Amino acid sequence: MHAEMLVLQFSREVVDQPIIYRLVKDFSLEFNLLKAAINPRQEGLIVMELRGHPKDFRRGLKYLRESGVKVKKVAGEVRRNEDLCYQCGTCTAVCPSGALHIERPDMAVVFDAARCSACELCCPVCPARAMEVKLNRSAL
Amino acid sequence: MANYQVNKTYQEINEKIKKGQAVVVTAEEIIDIVRRKGEAEAARTVDVVTTGTFSPMCSSGAIINFGHTKPPIKASKVWLNNVPAYAGLAAVDVYIGATEPTEDDPLNKVYPGEFKYGGGHVIQDLVAGKAVHLVAEAYGTDCYPNKRVEKDITLKGVVNAVLFNPRNCYQNYNCAVNLSNRTIYTYMGPLRPRAGNANFCTSGQLSPLFNDPYYRTIGIGTRIFLGGAVGYVCFPGTQHNPGKPRGENGVPLGPAGTLMVLGDLKKMSPRYLVGVSLLGYGCSLTVGMGIPIPMLNEDIAHYVAISDDQLLAPIVDYGHDYPAATGRILGQVSYAQLKSGKMNLDGQEIPTVPLSSLVRAREVAQLLKEWIEKGQFLLGEPVDMLPGSEEVHCVRTGSRDS
Repeated sequence: MHAEMLVLQFSREVVDQPIIYRLVKDFSLEFNLLKAAINPRQEGLIVMELRGHPKDFRRGLKYLRESGVKVKKVAGEVRRNEDLCYQCGTCTAVCPSGALHIERPDMAVVFDAARCSACELCCPVCPARAMEVKLNRSAL
Repeated sequence: MANYQVNKTYQEINEKIKKGQAVVVTAEEIIDIVRRKGEAEAARTVDVVTTGTFSPMCSSGAIINFGHTKPPIKASKVWLNNVPAYAGLAAVDVYIGATEPTEDDPLNKVYPGEFKYGGGHVIQDLVAGKAVHLVAEAYGTDCYPNKRVEKDITLKGVVNAVLFNPRNCYQNYNCAVNLSNRTIYTYMGPLRPRAGNANFCTSGQLSPLFNDPYYRTIGIGTRIFLGGAVGYVCFPGTQHNPGKPRGENGVPLGPAGTLMVLGDLKKMSPRYLVGVSLLGYGCSLTVGMGIPIPMLNEDIAHYVAISDDQLLAPIVDYGHDYPAATGRILGQVSYAQLKSGKMNLDGQEIPTVPLSSLVRAREVAQLLKEWIEKGQFLLGEPVDMLPGSEEVHCVRTGSRDS
């Protein structure tokens, strides 16, 4: 399953189309509305979480863009669940920004959130699944 | 018998432990002591050296007797939290293996598979005190008429639960690289193309069998730290192969000895038994294990003092050689180098990545040290030794040691 928080901007031309309905019906995607402001014959805006199989998710996103909806992603924030992390270091194999690195000689695995680019590569690679994506709500 | 300057027995050391007088140090601390004082003096002053490791160990699992039901069932198919357990034993005995994925897991159909839940996770959930849903099916007999049971079990409520790991604690292991042109996902973690990273998986100088390379003290019956509780070495592990080439210092240059271990799961802790998901490979169990080494004489002191710079891992290409089982080794690299964060392969500098937690391996060795110092843990003298390098008849594993 893949999930992202999206901001959708509807132009005047598409605001009356059943676009979200098609996302559910044709692409088997789940949505969770957080904010919606659409007035007939005016521009509209939806903030929602979209969730589904990664393939469906990509196709759904393509459909949105082709329909004339402007899609922006809300930045996710990667956090480490300290209860689950057992400090092995596997994540350092894929972390491109060095946010996850090893402190020597302790061999402690450090997560420096300030250097994290939220690419999420560490999430599926962590054997204990200690890296979690949280949506940065302040960006909404 | 060799003529040693220091001659201690298990009984003497255990007497000291009982009186709270034993001198216990970890396998990292001993290195400096031997360098400073010499082997004989170190053997005289120190009584026990504790080792530790904390790594995914796939050949692990638990025997669970979930208790007779009313009416009774002779379970032939069993699932724990929808993970199949082997039930081809007596009525309510099952074996849940660490690498067994959930029944309907998509596996690698969507590559690389995530393997979110499996046998290792069931074991950790049980140890954490969580209820696990059991489904048992049977064909029904005159003496066991019940054909289906569904209930929640807890570790406290089951009759027996024994962690029984057929192969743990590898003595040395490969350093994995990937010389192919695409990222691969292995039990040695993610390997980026063109040797983008080199992964290793032992605690080096702290690792149990590195400290007793000829199995002079670790044998059948050795009492150990296993998953946060007391466990035992019960046999040589499967694929135990002490005949592997050794360096001049006597330490194997590749995966060699292994241990079969068991212990009471009911006493273990989820901190030292962690269910893991290895992307693209499968589920497993990370096991915390510590083995005490009695300082019987200066020869033992000599081996426990071997440090990371003298311990070598073979570098193996998991992009081509390992899946093709060619047995080719690209070279050797020391654990000192591996732990430094960088290594060199044919002039290319490669970042090194540990899969084994040294932080928690140290915690295990420290905890075991405290148990012994407090007199809570006595040494177990082996009732039989493990097969040594001279005597083993090991069937070839085609250079595959996973």
